[in-house]
Amino acid sequence: MLSFILRRLLVAIPTIILISIFVFALQKLLPGDPILAMAGEERDPETIAFLREKYGMNDPIPVQYLKWVGNALTGDLGISLRTNQPVLELIGEKLPVTIQLATMAMIFAISIGIPAGILSAIKKGTAIDYVANVVALSGLSIPNFWLGIMLILLVSVKWQLLPASGYVPFDEDPLRSIQVMIMPAFVLGTALAATLMRHTRSAMLTVLTSDYVRTARAKGLKERRVILKHAFRNALTPIVTLSALLFGELIAGAVLTEQIFTVPGFGKLVVDAVFNRDYAVVQGIVLVTAVGFIVMNLLADVAYVLLNPRLRKQ
Amino acid sequence: MVSKLVQNASSAPLLDVRRLSLGFGDSQTDLLKGVRYSVGRGETLCIVGESGCGKSVSSLAIMGLLPKGAAHITEADISFLDEPYDLDDTVALRRHRGADIAMIFQEPMSSLNPAFKIGDQIAEAVTAHNDVTDAQARERAIEMLDRVGIPSPKARMNEYPHQLSGGMRQRVMIAMALANDPKLLIADEPTTALDVTIQSQILDLIRTLQAETGMGTIMITHDLGVVAEIADKVAVMYAGTIVESGSAEAIFNDPQHPYTIGLISSMPKLSGPRERLSTVPGTVPTVQTMPAGCRFSTRCPFAQDICNETPPQRDFGAGHEVLCHFAPLDLRLERSA
Repeated sequence: MLSFILRRLLVAIPTIILISIFVFALQKLLPGDPILAMAGEERDPETIAFLREKYGMNDPIPVQYLKWVGNALTGDLGISLRTNQPVLELIGEKLPVTIQLATMAMIFAISIGIPAGILSAIKKGTAIDYVANVVALSGLSIPNFWLGIMLILLVSVKWQLLPASGYVPFDEDPLRSIQVMIMPAFVLGTALAATLMRHTRSAMLTVLTSDYVRTARAKGLKERRVILKHAFRNALTPIVTLSALLFGELIAGAVLTEQIFTVPGFGKLVVDAVFNRDYAVVQGIVLVTAVGFIVMNLLADVAYVLLNPRLRKQ
Repeated sequence: MVSKLVQNASSAPLLDVRRLSLGFGDSQTDLLKGVRYSVGRGETLCIVGESGCGKSVSSLAIMGLLPKGAAHITEADISFLDEPYDLDDTVALRRHRGADIAMIFQEPMSSLNPAFKIGDQIAEAVTAHNDVTDAQARERAIEMLDRVGIPSPKARMNEYPHQLSGGMRQRVMIAMALANDPKLLIADEPTTALDVTIQSQILDLIRTLQAETGMGTIMITHDLGVVAEIADKVAVMYAGTIVESGSAEAIFNDPQHPYTIGLISSMPKLSGPRERLSTVPGTVPTVQTMPAGCRFSTRCPFAQDICNETPPQRDFGAGHEVLCHFAPLDLRLERSA
């Protein structure tokens, strides 16, 4: 198992190098010169020259890249051009917020999507199956921003049950922290629950017609055990893999929801950085997201192996 | 020894299927029509027929394992252990499954759950029907693995299906099926997917275990060689009906139904001059093209107008029954001449 993880990590290295090149090129290729932006209105040639020297802009591009990578490896992702804060520090502040949001959304999606998928597979072709599918389709089709706004209107404004926006750190007041994040997590989680439900359903439908499920029934096991043990255990593989990938996506993709509920997370950081041409921050975020995605992929692969006795021993 | 058991059995059949008819989907035509056979204690009944004739469907129906909603049973008059056997009572069927009636399947490669250790899969069959501890169930599983001839059974308990060969997996399936000492074993082409040397090993194993436990066996097969080797009784199935049934001797030496005659003459012989193998011309009718009367009439060389009517069940004594207007044979030859 350890050697598998190591091998898998080795494969991840070229991917990370490619991503780093892409991220670096982003800064070089995008219109707008950050030095000019920093030099201010007057654009004094001396200042510009000084800044270019200071930020190493006069070096050949490969040298600049290597310097940047070297710094990144030591945890130095540069300094925000806007706030003069180290990028890593900024990310370190915002990332836990988004991770909490993503985790809550995922918990919601799993606890709704998987049971609904199983139920709809068992009851295939019945009213329950149709209802589950219609609900899932709605979950996929309703845009996050609309759902978010409607929830704020209803739950916060009209019923005044939950706060409409904001953020309380989890370690400060766990209960309040969860309360504030219920609505954004729900909004993020609905589409995921629908995706998970659809995949669980199709995985279960495949497994339920398999010979070993027939064997389990031939043993005289109770139907409950046949489904939850023999069938679900084998349907789990694609579901776990998908969940890991969805979680990776969540971390990068909560931009809209975070904007609506003004959650000070990663998504908000991205939007602010892009609008302000804060390249160092954008680079840092893209790099961290990409690495996070690779890690989730790795976890998905590990889970895949753990769930498959056939692969485990090799 | 075997004939003695057969005699004992003939007095009170273990499983007596007097009538079984069922259809699939919305179809008005029954796929299985009036299927009848019986098997006694210690007896081996072979159900033979071509692919798609309904051999497996009839046994899956008895096990209550047909996919829910796909099949509907139109007629069922069955008794098991002298008690009525109700195919609609799903709870009772589940209690019988794996306890009194066990089944093994054609595909040993896919019939075991790839995610669980074989030991746990066998032990599960024990705990499903008995009030025993996990340790006792495991003990029984080890004993069963030993009985089906798996070497070092204790170590094998912790192996996964993919670590075993096809023959070994079928042995595991047999161990699982027999873990609760069933009175009846239904074996649905258990050797079809295995290579020839393994086939005879598995057949020998089933026979040995049968002799030890005195269970009745229904062997579903299309291999007449297997039938000749192990059958006490034979039921020949064609397009969802049992066209002829009787003792193995009667079926092989005195076949009466044109289909049985065709089947037996299509068997290659080791002795005598080499001839082209004879075949039964045509194909099995589908549910849509099923003839109203005799279901074999579309392929029967002796078919006459009367064959559009449902053929009568003719009894030749000693349980030899034929479903044909023209049985016995002599009469038919006269008429077709």
